[in-house]
Order: sequence, then C-alpha cells, then structure tokens
Amino acid sequence: MSDSAQLFLDSLWPIVRGGLTGTIPLALSAFAIGLVLALIVALMRLSANRWASSLARAYISVIRGTPLLVQLFVIFYGLPSIGVLIDPWPSAVVAFSLNVGGYAAEVIRAAILSVPKGQWEAGYTIGMSRSQSLRRLILPQAARVSVPPLSNTFISLVKDTSLASMILVTELFREAQKIAAFSQEFMLLYLQAALVYWVFCLVLSMAQGALETRLDRYVAHGH
Amino acid sequence: MSHMDTDPLLRASGLRKSFGDLEVLHSIDLTVRKGEVVVLIGPSGSGKTTVLRSLNGLETPDGGRIEFAGGPDLDFAAPLRKRDRLALRDRSAMVFQQHNLFPHKTVLQNVIEGPVQVQKVPKAQAIAEAEALLDRVGLREKRDVYPFQLSGGQQQRVGIVRALALKPQLLLFDEPTSALDPELVGDVLTVIKELADEGWTMVVVTHELSFARAASDEVLFMDGGVIVERSAPQQMFTNPQHRRTRQFLDRILNPLHERQD
Repeated sequence: MSDSAQLFLDSLWPIVRGGLTGTIPLALSAFAIGLVLALIVALMRLSANRWASSLARAYISVIRGTPLLVQLFVIFYGLPSIGVLIDPWPSAVVAFSLNVGGYAAEVIRAAILSVPKGQWEAGYTIGMSRSQSLRRLILPQAARVSVPPLSNTFISLVKDTSLASMILVTELFREAQKIAAFSQEFMLLYLQAALVYWVFCLVLSMAQGALETRLDRYVAHGH
Repeated sequence: MSHMDTDPLLRASGLRKSFGDLEVLHSIDLTVRKGEVVVLIGPSGSGKTTVLRSLNGLETPDGGRIEFAGGPDLDFAAPLRKRDRLALRDRSAMVFQQHNLFPHKTVLQNVIEGPVQVQKVPKAQAIAEAEALLDRVGLREKRDVYPFQLSGGQQQRVGIVRALALKPQLLLFDEPTSALDPELVGDVLTVIKELADEGWTMVVVTHELSFARAASDEVLFMDGGVIVERSAPQQMFTNPQHRRTRQFLDRILNPLHERQD
C-alpha cells in the first residue's frame, strides 16, 4: 500500500472522531439554542411593540451584516480585553447560536406570515387567545414551511463550525490540520476533511427529505 | 322559527366602523332573539360581513355597543380589553366562507380543538360529542382524514360541526356556500336549515334567497354601511319597500334581465 493510502486510512478515524465529538455536538447545540433565540426574535419582529420590533431588526442586521469569523473572534479574543474570558467551546456555542438566531429568525418570521389570516381567525372563533392560536395552530403550520430553509441553515452551520478551529476548538477540521502539519500532506488531508464534511451533509440531506415527507402528510399532492 | 321566544339574546346598537377613510358601518342597530334566524343580504361591500365579524370580536367597531343577555356588555367607545374580547367570542362561533379548517389536524381534531383546549372539556367526552355531531351531518366515517381529503361541501359541514361543538349561544355564518360548487350548496344549506328548525339562534350572511325565504325570521337588507330595510322574509321578497332593495333583489333574481325600476 502506498504511503498516501496508509496515511489516509490512519487519519480517517481521528478526523471522523473530530466530527462526531466536535463538529456535530457543536452544530446541534448551537442550532437548538439558535432556534429558540430565532423564534423569540421572530415574534419580537412581528410584535406591535415598536421597541421590540426595532431591537429584533437591529440584531438581525448586525448578525447578517458581519462575518461569522469576526463574530467568533470578538467573543473569544475580544471579550477578554474587557475582562470576559470564555473557553473555546462555550465561545463557539455562543457565537454560532447568535448567528443561527439571526438567520433563522427571518425564516421563521416568513413562515409565520405565510400561514393564511383565516387560520388565526378560526383559532379566535373557537375561543383561543392570540398566544394559544400561535402555539396550537400557526407554529405547527409554519414549521412545515420552514423545514427546507432551516435545513439549509443547519447544513451551512455544520460546515461553518470549521471556523471554530480558529479559536482552538477540537473538531473535524482542526484534527485534519494537526495531521497535515505533522505529515506535511496538506492536499491529502484537506481533501479528506472535505470528503468527511460532504458525507455528513449527505446524511443530513437525507434526514431532511424524510422529515419533509412526514410533515407533508396533511397536504394535497399533485393538485 | 316557531321556537322563537321574546327574550333578546343580543342587542347591538350604533355600531360604527371605518377602514381608513372608508366608513363601512354607519350606526348599525340589530336585535337577535333566542331561537331567531336573521339573514343579512346586500351587495358586496355593504358591510354585512363586517357586522357579523364584529359580533364575533374578529373586527373591533370604532363605536357603538354589543350586549349579550347574561353578558358581556361592551361599549366600543372605550378600548376593548383582552378579557372582554374573549368573553364576546365565547358567546358565538363563526362558520367562514372558506371554511378555515386547520389543515394539519384531522376532522376529529379540528372539532375537539376548541372544546378540549379552550373549554377544558374532558377529551373522551369531547370525542363522543364530536362523533355524534359528525354523525348527524353524515361525516362520522371521515373523522380521521385530513381536510384536504374532503370535498368542499364536506369541508364546510365540518366547519359547521366545529362551530356547533363549542355549544355557542349564537351561530354566525359568513356566506357559507359562496365558495362551493353549485351542486354542493344544497347539502350545506340543508344542514343549516335543520339547525334553524332545531332552534339554534343564528345570523347568516348569504346570497341564497331561497334559504332566507325558507329558514329566516327576519331579513335585513344592507347597503352602504346602513340597514336599509328589515322585515319578515315574505314581506321582503314580495313587497320590498325601498328602491335600493328592489334593485338589489331584481339583480339577484333576474341577472340577465333589464332593470325594472
């Protein structure tokens, strides 16, 4: 077996392990927190309260208008200079959560607005309050609409977590970098990292398809 | 109709409503007695749907008053509190033109949503009552299907059952057959007529004059945000008093003919 093939096999498990213990948990926790944040921001954005709506708008604008890498650096390298020291892992979770919160908020807002007004009114006529209608009737319908765009957000997030290697988080790409620096086989190791990310994302796309099928069960097809 | 007694269930007075510069309701007075069937007719844009929606708290009038026997008694000169709005909605239930069934819930789930989630009826009891109601509109075997699997007429009958399941004092129908194919209208009107005969109190906005003639106690003709004429259906359809009423009825009854007035 050639040296390259041997190196590929030897580095496969460390890289995949970096994905399973670093990339995936980081992406999952940031996505979960980010979604909660996004729902709150979306509701603030839709609220009649002008302060809440402006605050939400400003947050979304800052998150979408600045690079994720810069956000990450501000939190990890910037905050210590004003006395706030956060470890690499929690720094990454905070930065990625805030980032997902900004992007997903717009997705959720659009999904809520896509539910016909008659659905709110049907909720009101059976005696529900606004929050009850939102929770029981509007959000479940908005969820179906937002699965494809939120899946895209999640897949982007999985790939973006490679940026966490810049603040010393041990994850997929950092494992590849370490082996590359040691072996000097940059081309091989970085292509190998790309391959593992790609396989992860393929699996996620398949999961997205299954989820969409399940959520589509109450929708007419082919009409 | 024979079930009518003399207690007013609902008294609305001086209802006013504008959308921007457009005044859609101009001092509307309306009394509905228990067991009475009131039909609102009139050209589109006459304000009849806005009256109906105001009674259900879906629209908030700018002024006037809505008083239900046993409460609430709301004066719209003051801002409406959330509690008042919910109390108003508690008295009546609306059947919409476009049914507005919840697409992500089965027929049964649509019907029990209000009783279980809002009125806190035990689930088993709500299901039993829902099944009985679905049975009487011939849809019991559809309890576990989703709304998109039903025909338009079936969807509307489920919409009616969803309203009935709340046991409201007043049923409101907003052009319940306008969105249906002509051959499906009869089934839905038959259900509404049966409910009227059973003594349900209802206000119906419709263009189905045959229904108004057969089922109503009083017909109100609205135009331009005012009630132009109100009378028993016999009187309204055979001897309308106002020129605008005659014009409107003529247009509906003889859409292809020359105007007669």
